[in-house]
Amino acid sequence: MPTYLLIIPFLPLASFVFTFLFGKRLGDNSHWVPIAAVLTSFSCALYAFSQVKSGHHVNQDLYTWISSGTMSVSVGFLLDELTSVMLIVVTSISSLVHIYSTGYMKGEDGYYRFFSYLSLFTFSMLMLVLGNNFLQLFFGWEAVGLSSYLLIGFYYEKKSAADAGKKAFIVNRFGDFGFILGLFLIYASFGTLHYEPIFANVDQIANQTFTFLGTTWYLPTAIALLLFCGAMGKSAQLPLHVWLPDAMEGPTPVSALIHAATMVTAGVFLIARCNPIFTLSMTALNVVTIIGSITCLFAATIALTQTDIKRVVAYSTVSQLAYMFIACGVGAYGAGIFHLFTHAYFKALLFLGCGSIILGMHHEQEVKYMGGLKKYMPITYWTFLLASLSISGVPGFAGFFSKDEILAMAFASPVGAGKFAWFIGTLVAGMTAFYSFRLFLLIFHGEFRGTDKQKAHLKESPKNVTIPLILLAIGAVTAGNFGIPEVLGGNANWGHYLEPVVGHALAHPSHTTEYILMMMSVSAGAIGIFLAWKMYIKKPEMPKNIMERFPTLYKLSLNKYYVDEIYDFIIVKPALLLSRSVILNFFDIGIIDKVVNGVPKLIGQLSSSMRKMQDGLVSHYLAYMCGGAVFIIIWMVVGA
Amino acid sequence: MSFPILSLLIFLPILGGIALLGVSNKKDVGSVKVMALMISILELLLTLPLLFAFDKTTPAMQFVERHDWIKIFNIEYYLGVDGIAILFIPLSALITILCILVSWKSIQTKVKEFFVAMLLLEGAMIGVFCSVDFFLFYIFWEAMLIPMFLLIGVWGGPNRIYAATKFFLYTLVGSLLMLVGIITLYIKGGNTFDILALAQLDLPVGTQLILFWAFFAAFAVKVPMWPVHTWLPDAHTEAPAAGSVVLAGILIKMGAYGFLRFSMPILPEATSAMMMPMIVLSLIGIVYGGIVCLAQTDLKRLIAYSSVSHMGFITLGIFALNTQSVEGGILQMINHGVVTGALFLGIGMVYERTHTRKICDYGGLATNMPVFASFFLLFTLAAVGLPGTNGFVGELLILLGSFLTRPWVALIAASGLIIGAWYMLWLYQRIFFNPVNSKWDTIKELELREIVTLMPMVILIFWIGLFPNSLLSYMHVSVSHLLEQVTSNPDGVASGVQLAVDHALDAAIQGAHHVQHVSH
Repeated sequence: MPTYLLIIPFLPLASFVFTFLFGKRLGDNSHWVPIAAVLTSFSCALYAFSQVKSGHHVNQDLYTWISSGTMSVSVGFLLDELTSVMLIVVTSISSLVHIYSTGYMKGEDGYYRFFSYLSLFTFSMLMLVLGNNFLQLFFGWEAVGLSSYLLIGFYYEKKSAADAGKKAFIVNRFGDFGFILGLFLIYASFGTLHYEPIFANVDQIANQTFTFLGTTWYLPTAIALLLFCGAMGKSAQLPLHVWLPDAMEGPTPVSALIHAATMVTAGVFLIARCNPIFTLSMTALNVVTIIGSITCLFAATIALTQTDIKRVVAYSTVSQLAYMFIACGVGAYGAGIFHLFTHAYFKALLFLGCGSIILGMHHEQEVKYMGGLKKYMPITYWTFLLASLSISGVPGFAGFFSKDEILAMAFASPVGAGKFAWFIGTLVAGMTAFYSFRLFLLIFHGEFRGTDKQKAHLKESPKNVTIPLILLAIGAVTAGNFGIPEVLGGNANWGHYLEPVVGHALAHPSHTTEYILMMMSVSAGAIGIFLAWKMYIKKPEMPKNIMERFPTLYKLSLNKYYVDEIYDFIIVKPALLLSRSVILNFFDIGIIDKVVNGVPKLIGQLSSSMRKMQDGLVSHYLAYMCGGAVFIIIWMVVGA
Repeated sequence: MSFPILSLLIFLPILGGIALLGVSNKKDVGSVKVMALMISILELLLTLPLLFAFDKTTPAMQFVERHDWIKIFNIEYYLGVDGIAILFIPLSALITILCILVSWKSIQTKVKEFFVAMLLLEGAMIGVFCSVDFFLFYIFWEAMLIPMFLLIGVWGGPNRIYAATKFFLYTLVGSLLMLVGIITLYIKGGNTFDILALAQLDLPVGTQLILFWAFFAAFAVKVPMWPVHTWLPDAHTEAPAAGSVVLAGILIKMGAYGFLRFSMPILPEATSAMMMPMIVLSLIGIVYGGIVCLAQTDLKRLIAYSSVSHMGFITLGIFALNTQSVEGGILQMINHGVVTGALFLGIGMVYERTHTRKICDYGGLATNMPVFASFFLLFTLAAVGLPGTNGFVGELLILLGSFLTRPWVALIAASGLIIGAWYMLWLYQRIFFNPVNSKWDTIKELELREIVTLMPMVILIFWIGLFPNSLLSYMHVSVSHLLEQVTSNPDGVASGVQLAVDHALDAAIQGAHHVQHVSH
């Protein structure tokens, strides 16, 4: 195993152990070890990329993890094109978030704890993308879930934060339920959990079926949908999206790293990794496309009305992740990973920008009390603007290239739901531009709406916060250059690079089609930006009027379609009721224990009544004896 | 005749305990504790050669000691261990040490007698795992009851008499039925109590079924399987910390061990025939135990019910009769001993400080006890089966094994993972997170003795989680031998997954060969 590959995940692990155990003594200096570790990992990731680029792949086992009967799974690493991209995304964003956190988390209680968790997360995420088998992927999958749980609940004394961490873990368990069954089905089909033999022999399941409780399933469909369950949980797709907005309870750097750029994209990575299985099943691809489309629209409509700046960006994340799923669903895995890549930079930038604003506003997150921050926070302003332009798909920015590729692929895709996805995607492109600029304008333009005290303290964030913003802004603008399509004079490097792993996209839109689609989505974005400008700068009374015209729609969106309330009503409350009233009190205490305590009581009563027989009268005893003898004789006669 | 290591392991704590009884109670309470600790540590050290000298390539009994005992009934003093039993001996020794450590300060009355009871219990437990003679096994089995009864009844909480009596009656009734079964077996099976000889018998299925249910009575109560589980919450709640730890750690494992040692090899046809009822009871236990946890307001009671759920996984693994599931079941017996043992140790430590078991009395403990919070978090995560911890490996193998034979069983059992995460994380939140309860502002962090007590569990959680093969390798041969006795198709893809088995096997072979392979 090459050393650089071992360093990439295990240095952050060592940093976690060190900082967790000794960080308290280091106090304000506890960030040095984690930063050094993640920067080293980043360098090694760049080196790994160059290795893959020059044709050196790695697929090697470290040791046998679990073996039982014919089943054997190793801990091992796979370095290929897909992994190399993920390594760069994870380590680069993680490095910047580490540096940013030295400013954002300064002076917080548990400063060392925060950095140790960041290291733990980085390790987990790297294990997830580096594994050469499904079980190690699952290890990373759950370990990032744990880091996420710990970081969401970082301010654990706040009940809402502790609740949110727990919710994230449990909702993800619902997804994992399907995921692990998917792993079992893969094992049952292939007799191994290692990628290479599975994908090499994927054809052997092509015509297989799987009978379950009398229903017959096409095997690739069953496997793909079970895996997709896991992806829906981790990547916050409908109906398992509910944990992500609540996860905003965590410190903002965490939202940027885990809940925007890296962990939540694990589901997309999973599907891209398993593309040979998904490609076998049109049904599965259609399901992925449809779930992606619905989530895309659903989350964008919620983002339109939210007033907590982090929540707007959170719903925007759900919606953007849905784009990636659409890409996978229409068989354009490379485009999905491309959007994952560009999104990582512009979304991390948006979140870190929010963090900078929250610092400046002394932990105020309500957009109602902001406004006119442009002149106080110029660096934050300009970087936030670049990120907003990127997410809105303005030509030339990173988000434009990746989003348009997805839309073109969806439109031309042979997958049935492709056109539907394209329509939704284009519509949402307009909404995205609208809510992004709504947020941007409400924060930075107009009059300041907060208190005088807040106003007096307004100032730009320190350098360790703004420098990561600037670096990310470079990414948000240029990350798309890796995949400029041929119609725009590029050579689609991105797609060619990933082809060995994800294959050719299913669709091949003509250049004319691509131009037309591009113009449509760009116009949608332009209309969105224009509307935002019109409603929040030109005619500030307009939003209120619209609100009053459509009160039901507004309420639905503001209250997130009441999904949390519905889940509470159909899952949480019934489970607790079942637990308390039916099972515990009625069954356990009411029936089983009554029987258990009843039997000795019965014996006690029986024996006390038997005692009455022993009254000391010889004649009674004689009668019992005769009765007994007669009984025995009859029994012997009849029995014989 | 080789060195009688097993006898030494059984009688060192028993004789040591009896010797300690001679120490005057008033004067030297401190030295009794130290002596008891020394004996238990020596015991653990003595179990280590067992692990190293064990031959993993044979399913035969090893370290055998065989002497006539009661000749007229052909009862022998017959000891030996195989790959199923061996791991429980060091585990019992380790748990005893931790129980002694956790009781160091919390036991204030009848101190000498407490530690003597612990040592006697240890001897009896190890005796159970070493017996190859059914009668000898029964003696140790019953002998365990007495010190355990005393631990609950003498050093327990306010409601201890009820709990101890319930525990005693439950297990006694079960045991008596087993005794009847043993005697029947003796009469029908050619006047021997030798387990290995009994396993060679070809009993009629009818007889097997009767015996199966007679043994079931004893073993199911001990596990405890649903619906004979209600003694466990009471016993756990009222027992002192050490009692709960040894109960969760070793005692309830005996039931599952009994199925493996007696029911399966001696009554193979009955085991196959009763597979489905056993699986269904296990599934009910998993789901029922988990759901009941959600309603618990008492810390120890919650963990006790979680044991019902976890033990459901273990019996499921055993009765799914598949290589992975049975190995997973045995591994999970150890894992559950480690994790639930650790949870009860932790609860004992916090109870010593707060004297309340009500969950709602807690809150925000992570602020004033960060070290303890970290330990408890790890135990919680192991209990919910996070990969990397030992809990994951056991559950994975059990679920995988059940899936290969019956997918729907794995589907239901896997729902236990969701419920498990729910009640454990909720518990953790209510104790360690949320606003700090000002009552515990001055609560003391763990002291060194307590950290030392918890550390072995931490090491085991990670060790088994990351290197499970170091334990599984002891079982492979014995488990496949056991399954050969019970079923003709141990790797079986019995029903449900209608795939070409040869495909799966082909790929398995390729999977084994892809190691060290640089691709593309």
